Amino acid sequence: MNWVTIKRIFRAGLLDFWRNAFVSFASILVMTVTLFVVGMTIFAGVMLNFTIAELRNKVDVSVYFLTTTPEERILGLKSALEARPEVVSVGYVSREEALAQFRERYKDDQLALQALEELGQNPLEASLQVRAKDISQYEAIAQFAQNQDTENGAAASIDKVSFYDAKYRVALDRLQSIADSAERLGFIVIAILIATTIAISFNTLRLAIYSSRDEIQVMRLVGAGRFFIRAPFMIEGMLYGLVAGFVTLLLFYPLTWWLGTATASFFGGVNIFSYYVQNFLMFFGIIVGTGVVLGAIASWLAVRRYLKI
Amino acid sequence: MIYYDRVSKIYADNSVALEDVSFSVEPGEFISIVGHSGAGKTTLVKMLLAEEKPSAGSVFFESINIHELPLSRMGEMRRKIGTVFQDFRLLPNKTAYENIAFAMEAGGRSEADIHSDVPHVLELVDLGDKMNNFPDELSGGEQQRVAIARAIVNQPDVIVADEPTGNLDPVNTFEVVQILKKINDLGTTIILTTHNKGVIDSLKKRVITMDRGKVIRDDREGKYIL
Repeated sequence: MNWVTIKRIFRAGLLDFWRNAFVSFASILVMTVTLFVVGMTIFAGVMLNFTIAELRNKVDVSVYFLTTTPEERILGLKSALEARPEVVSVGYVSREEALAQFRERYKDDQLALQALEELGQNPLEASLQVRAKDISQYEAIAQFAQNQDTENGAAASIDKVSFYDAKYRVALDRLQSIADSAERLGFIVIAILIATTIAISFNTLRLAIYSSRDEIQVMRLVGAGRFFIRAPFMIEGMLYGLVAGFVTLLLFYPLTWWLGTATASFFGGVNIFSYYVQNFLMFFGIIVGTGVVLGAIASWLAVRRYLKI
Repeated sequence: MIYYDRVSKIYADNSVALEDVSFSVEPGEFISIVGHSGAGKTTLVKMLLAEEKPSAGSVFFESINIHELPLSRMGEMRRKIGTVFQDFRLLPNKTAYENIAFAMEAGGRSEADIHSDVPHVLELVDLGDKMNNFPDELSGGEQQRVAIARAIVNQPDVIVADEPTGNLDPVNTFEVVQILKKINDLGTTIILTTHNKGVIDSLKKRVITMDRGKVIRDDREGKYIL
């Protein structure tokens, strides 16, 4: 294939795109809906994953030590905990830090601060905050901390181990299973939704080309090769996808901006507007790419039916 | 150059469109195929363009069996045959100029050839001033002349005109036939199907008469006899 042929194919595709303006408009509209659904799927996935990760992060187990416990002993337990594979991180808050945090938290509460003054000494205990890989591992970690503490017959230095109480854990477990099934169900729903919109896009393009079936026959009869007939239709289909992709990306800009602050406060931190802007290249690739590939394949298949003479 | 060898066409519902048709066409001939509607004229022409396959027999074009040609080589063969149809069959989204240019582009002709040849053939059919009009801006006669220009622009060996005057008034009919005669005088073989008695009688060329799928007459210098 030479340069002149390529030029002719592109020119024919562009001209048809322009001269069949209404058909182009309708096809672009339908494709935009498809690409919009694809984009929303990406956003939904990000939201869900982020929310679950965030909730998991908020759960930890705190080990409080008697005020008389020397720091070396606490740090010893800290490294023992850190050595365990299910532990992600262990944070240490000394008594002084705990006091500072208390003062900071109650800086507007004169009564609490007064009570602290009256005590004359720091009543707060040092603590370790242990974060595990999975919610179900906290019980075992708490047990381990207790056992490790009294190992070799030493006097207990741990005052109490608090992980979120039973009710909270039940709620968390339930949330986890809801999140899991939402992920599974969501995947099915989204798969169906995407398949449906792709089918609609496909059919729209087929209808657009159906109206050209007589033309395709004439082109064959005046001696045009199959590729020479098919290629401009593919260019047209790719143009639909390209324009629909740009329209979709453009639509997401005000939409995510509008939803940005709302999602940030609701989902605990993730702002979809900044996510969109930061990952724009990925969105561009996926949405425009999907549109162009979809347009090309749909046109290729649709024209094939009329090329059999 | 064209040879129909015992060609039959029987459709799925057992209706017979062609039955054991054999004849040949020599280079430079102008032959008319006449007959009532449903006599099989159009089927005969469609066989030559490989739009239809015969149920039995074969059709040869320059010793190539048309129906054994793969689809990928069909374009090359069709470019040697110019076609004109009763319903014009122009591409509606292309101007007169572009319709003709398309046939040349399909044959891989250069831009320079297209720039020089397209206006030339449009002048030949007297449409030099309408080259930028779309088909729906042209009259029936003008559309048919564009179709003829498209058929001749690749300088085919043969032109097949299937009822080219069927949708035209007498004045346009006369003009179209004159153009076809002129093309034939320049050496191109013409196969014309028609049921217009006036056209046939004025031509004084070879006439093949068909009835119910069979060739019933083949006259050197025929008249319309049915």
